[in-house]
Amino acid sequence: MFKKILIANRGEIACRVIKTARRMGIKTVAIYSDADRHALHVRMADEAVHIGPAPANQSYIVIDNVMQAIRDTGAEAVHPGYGFLSENPRFAERLAAENVAFIGPPQGAIEKMGDKITSKKIAAEAGVSTVPGYMGLIADAEEAVKISGEIGYPVMIKASAGGGGKGMRIAWKEDEVREGFQSSKNEAANSFGDDRIFIEKFVTQPRHIEIQVLADSHGNTIYLGERECSIQRRNQKVIEEAPSPFLDEETRRAMGEQACALAAAVGYTSAGTVEFIVDGARNFYFLEMNTRLQVEHPVTELITGIDLVEQMIRVAYGEKLAIAQKDVKLTGWAIESRLYAEDPYRGFLPSTGRLVRYRPPEEVAAGPMLKAGAWHHGAAGASGNDAAQGDADGAVRNDTGVFEGGEISIFYDPMIAKLCTWGEDRAAAIEGMRVALDSFEVEGIGHNLPFLSAVMDHPKFVSGDITTAFIAEEYPEGFEGVTLPEDALRQVAAAAAAMYRVGEIRRSRVSGRMDNHERKVGNRWVVEVQGTRFEIEITVDRDGAWVRFQDGTRHRVASSWTPGQSLARVDIDGDRIVLKVSKCTGGFRLRTRGADLRARIMSPRQAELASLMPEKMPPDTSKMLLCPMPGLIVAINVNEGDEVEEGQALCTVEAMKMENILRAERKGRVSAIKAAEGDNLAVDEIIMEFE
Amino acid sequence: MTDILEQLEQRRAEARMGGGEKRIAAQHAKGKLTARERLDVLLDEGSFEEFDMFVTHRATDFGMAENKVAGDGVVTGWGTINGRQVYVFSQDFTVLGGSLSETHAKKICKIMDMAMQNGAPVIGLNDSGGARIQEGVASLAGYAEVFQRNVLASGVVPQISVIMGPCAGGAVYSPAMTDFIFMVKDSSYMFVTGPDVVKTVTNEVVTAEELGGASTHTRKSSVADGAFENDVEALIEVRRLVDFLPASNRAKPPLRPFFDDPARLDESLDTLIPANPNMPYDMKELITKLGDEGDFFEIQEEFAKNILTGFICLEGRAVGVVANQPMVLAGCLDIDSSRKAARFVRFCDAFEIPILTLVDVPGFLPGTGQEYGGVIKHGAKLLFAYGEATVPKVTVITRKAYGGAYDVMSSKHLRGDLNYAWPTAEIAVMGAKGASEILYRSELGEPDKIAARAAEYEKNFANPFKAAERGFIDEVIMPHSTRKRVCRAFASLRGKQLSNPWKKHDNIPL
Repeated sequence: MFKKILIANRGEIACRVIKTARRMGIKTVAIYSDADRHALHVRMADEAVHIGPAPANQSYIVIDNVMQAIRDTGAEAVHPGYGFLSENPRFAERLAAENVAFIGPPQGAIEKMGDKITSKKIAAEAGVSTVPGYMGLIADAEEAVKISGEIGYPVMIKASAGGGGKGMRIAWKEDEVREGFQSSKNEAANSFGDDRIFIEKFVTQPRHIEIQVLADSHGNTIYLGERECSIQRRNQKVIEEAPSPFLDEETRRAMGEQACALAAAVGYTSAGTVEFIVDGARNFYFLEMNTRLQVEHPVTELITGIDLVEQMIRVAYGEKLAIAQKDVKLTGWAIESRLYAEDPYRGFLPSTGRLVRYRPPEEVAAGPMLKAGAWHHGAAGASGNDAAQGDADGAVRNDTGVFEGGEISIFYDPMIAKLCTWGEDRAAAIEGMRVALDSFEVEGIGHNLPFLSAVMDHPKFVSGDITTAFIAEEYPEGFEGVTLPEDALRQVAAAAAAMYRVGEIRRSRVSGRMDNHERKVGNRWVVEVQGTRFEIEITVDRDGAWVRFQDGTRHRVASSWTPGQSLARVDIDGDRIVLKVSKCTGGFRLRTRGADLRARIMSPRQAELASLMPEKMPPDTSKMLLCPMPGLIVAINVNEGDEVEEGQALCTVEAMKMENILRAERKGRVSAIKAAEGDNLAVDEIIMEFE
Repeated sequence: MTDILEQLEQRRAEARMGGGEKRIAAQHAKGKLTARERLDVLLDEGSFEEFDMFVTHRATDFGMAENKVAGDGVVTGWGTINGRQVYVFSQDFTVLGGSLSETHAKKICKIMDMAMQNGAPVIGLNDSGGARIQEGVASLAGYAEVFQRNVLASGVVPQISVIMGPCAGGAVYSPAMTDFIFMVKDSSYMFVTGPDVVKTVTNEVVTAEELGGASTHTRKSSVADGAFENDVEALIEVRRLVDFLPASNRAKPPLRPFFDDPARLDESLDTLIPANPNMPYDMKELITKLGDEGDFFEIQEEFAKNILTGFICLEGRAVGVVANQPMVLAGCLDIDSSRKAARFVRFCDAFEIPILTLVDVPGFLPGTGQEYGGVIKHGAKLLFAYGEATVPKVTVITRKAYGGAYDVMSSKHLRGDLNYAWPTAEIAVMGAKGASEILYRSELGEPDKIAARAAEYEKNFANPFKAAERGFIDEVIMPHSTRKRVCRAFASLRGKQLSNPWKKHDNIPL
């Protein structure tokens, strides 16, 4: 086996490859840019080599620099991860020239599958189902009707030069083809000056389902089932799962066999992925082949027990696959949620900054990977929240490349972790994911945890009835947070009251109190949360509390939470809820299931008086941006007339040699800019005004 | 007998109605609670003991003989906050606009005298139209009696003022002499002369809110230490503050049960200081990660943000924190931040609350604005406050400690008990660039040479070890172990005894 490999990547994937290599007894070499000097993958690797400045095009994808690192460290093979150089045939070529093994497919396969048109042609020749269509020139409407009939309805009529939906029509029957053909042609001529039209099958209720293949250099090719990746936002995958809730055994086998046929046709070795689009009638059509390890590969590992990175390394070393197709069993269900440093409340704008808090749920080993001995536990340096402890029937895995106190920079992909859960079935995997997401603490940057939680509770997702349009259709206005349903809200209210009571009892035990005249903490409370008031009575016993609501319903609440803990795991009538807790005046800020709530807990008297308090509108923060300190304007990032989002950087003021970024306090439009770069301003001088 | 007992209940009920239903409704309509409702929120349920419920004024001029209400516009007494005794007065705006009469003042004086004698804080809830004009000089005399007691009580028992309505004219000077002033946003204001007088005298047109609202006093004037959304929230937060304060200068600071390991390490602090020395970072992160359970009660959050002041608990014991904030003005000292921190340090020292100082200070802010404003004397206040403080003092230098500001920030030389530095500390007369430009003035024309000099200076002086070699720094500590080290430092100082030479009082540069 290789003695030492270099990982030509960064972030979570570099860490993930290092873990397997370490388990196999292979030494690892990390490479890093200026921005990654203290990154997790650098800490985890046996050796690390600096390869350039922060921007990837001056470091991670500079082949010469990577080659030098290989020579300097004597690495025998290179794992490219995904992205960067992973699908760059030049890189594979250079490695071959220097006799370094590439832990990936042969150069030829990369090249052939790297070209969209070539790959489709090869696929069709290999008997892989491709989207039916007619690429030639179409003379008139009647020919279009004829072709459409051959393809089968519905069809899409598209302008060759098209884009942005212009010159595009969907036709469900002959008349619509006639009409659509003419109007598309006119529109195309007007918009693009090119009226050539083509027709292809319109895929309804499209799902993105892909097949994982694995091939060795001895002619063996197998498939490891599929992954469903339909939950996407603007072609960026967000949630993946394996298996797909949609495929039956027959379709799975057909897709798998075609994927293997394609891999064989291009002499593929290593791990690869064949992507298909699948319609509502389970017709599937080839999209493209990814000649690398996919981001979402962990879900396949979790249901097959096969460590794909290990297999890639073995194949690259020339070993024969030890697994035959008949050995591949899909057990249970796995889901992956991608944690992005993107603020869902601000149109998913990327967010950068210091990870003030980063506590993923603790990993729990279970399922096929554990059985196969392929589980590698725990990321170095990351202390986990033991949310899923004692939940031995499910697995939690978190592939990450960051750590608490680390910095999310602007230079690289905003994905900071891949949280996976495995369960006996889909429902169990989803439930595991809900708890794991609630137990995941990230502070300091904007992130999409609330959005991921919202999807896990979305009825359509839960039912498995999803398409690639899920996010666009279900969140057309973007994500505006979660409103908890009444029963969930009651659980939160019950938990909040019980927790608040614990805190108040602690306060009442402060020293210096008047003996025999201590404060008696009451049992009756009013909880106000999400605009609803609940009157509650708490009775406590040794193991927990009964929380009785005004309507007489009673809930059993038990928790080991103590004041100051930022995560509360509460058992309510046997249901487990996890709350992220922070203090606010008279209560808590609680986050759970994607909802961000302010719970106020009051004695009945306080509640009575609190209802006399006026409802205040959010303060009308001045419509001006004032200079908060005497300083020099070094940059103005917006122009007059620009729409700005809350939190967007407006300008930078340098004071005492430090750069301070001033951000928009809320959404608005810049009406006037009163200062210019290079101006020296005094305190409270106007920098810009808003409408 | 029964009749007589009933009579008491009846008289009590009357007194509790204050100015009557209509005025109570008007008070509610303004978004304000009544004097007694406020005490219900402030004090532990059922703990209020009222005094002087039946006191009425003795004025007869202007038809006042017919205008008497039991209690005379202020509710006084004592109660408990989490079982600890506090004395309270709560002005009742429904009775003659809460105006202060001779007897109204007497009631306040009575509980202040009791508070001083018995050693418990005084909390005043202010909601008053001012002096009772009908009483003339008797009312002014009443104010002065209260002022005198504010002065005498200062440093004996904590005094907290909450401004929950108008507070104008002479009335402002009682809260002004207390330790903390909190205001309620949109429904309270404080000024010496109101908008009408301002207009007459100076021709300035200004609203009451602009002249003396919560925003003015928390951001501009620094008269107030904090502002809250409404009456209920303000009182809930005052309860929280009282949890940190000792009952008097004879009592120990309170100790509360805590659920946070004093030895807890926090690896993320090892990356708090950015690689670039000119990049800011948030000192609040260190404070909240250092203290028990992330709890930080900030004082003057909105004013002079280049310095942070407030209370945390360490091992359940209250500690006052003063910290430079690199996020604002690079954390420099200036007039405002020096005054803010000096007053806080003196409060802590007066009440035996240990002081933790977190230092990242590049120096004093330069400029004519500062010099003309008297930064010399104002900066000296902080220096003086630290120098006279005899409470346990622990200092952690996280990054810059330059020049005179190094001396000021609770340095070893000002009787700092335990002075720690992170390895990232730079304890020097000034930054490397500035120093080399002065030391090697002749080489100024040669940028390469100067840069080399700066690098050399940085290597030799931009670290904690020059200071540690002299014992000015007791120990260089790892950032991740700061909580543990600071907890142990204060633990080792629990028996500290130190006193200043006898004097009538000092002469701090006011």
